[in-house]
Amino acid sequence: MRLLTHNMLSSNIKGVANGFPLLIEVEKVIEKQVDFNPDFLKNIFPKIEWQALVQASRSMGYSELPEESPESSMLDSDDFLMKFHHVLLELHLEEGALVCPETGRKFPVNKGIPNMLLHEDEV
Amino acid sequence: MKLKQLESVLGDLEQFSNPKVELEQYPTGPHIASRMLYTAENSFGDVSNKVVADFGCGCGTLGAAAALLGADQVIAIDIDSDSLELASENAVDLELDIDFVQCDIRNLEWRGHVDTVVMNPPFGTRKKGVDMDFLSMALKVASQAVYSLHKTSTREVSRSV
Repeated sequence: MRLLTHNMLSSNIKGVANGFPLLIEVEKVIEKQVDFNPDFLKNIFPKIEWQALVQASRSMGYSELPEESPESSMLDSDDFLMKFHHVLLELHLEEGALVCPETGRKFPVNKGIPNMLLHEDEV
Repeated sequence: MKLKQLESVLGDLEQFSNPKVELEQYPTGPHIASRMLYTAENSFGDVSNKVVADFGCGCGTLGAAAALLGADQVIAIDIDSDSLELASENAVDLELDIDFVQCDIRNLEWRGHVDTVVMNPPFGTRKKGVDMDFLSMALKVASQAVYSLHKTSTREVSRSV
């Protein structure tokens, strides 16, 4: 699961008010190269929750993404775009868990697939 | 990629060996899958350079078609582990980059939107109304377009969603 997907997933337990972003527990991260597409990155940038992405990238062991939400002028910098690209699309949580920020409930991640199936009492 | 080529590639995907009747599992045929995605892309520009979600992906046909037609990111969601394993293998075979999530669409919580949702949802022959649940969720999550297959007999119900 890459961080683009993580940036859109929220805890789905009934009654949870603040289920986003899910915290990340890492057991295994893998990196897979993806072709650099600056147009896609510029388009998707406004739709990304920046803080959630930075936090997530740090959990995955990457600390070069700036903490403050970048101004749009940064999108002209290839240097910035390449870091954004790397974090958004090339880092995969292969094994670990996503954790509901409100309840602490863990959603396991195996072979890159998070399991968000709820138990009966959580629906 | 040409339509015939797309259809041919999709036809080579591994299918369910033991489809689960309760989940209405069956593979989306390559003929309809290729045409659906081809139209979405060529007539409406809803696939390439977009974020596309496949709801109820099963063995991954629609998501794979989206990736083959240039979707920048495909997220495929299904409730069933066996399907997801199969879909993952299919993605690896075609060297496609698809993110998979195991979730019941009816209680999916999504922040923000994807551009396009493609789906061949369960028709509701087993769990009544599930097709409408899928449609509601798709309309919530997609910012641009939803491409979905439904039974003709449910046409009136779809209009009210």
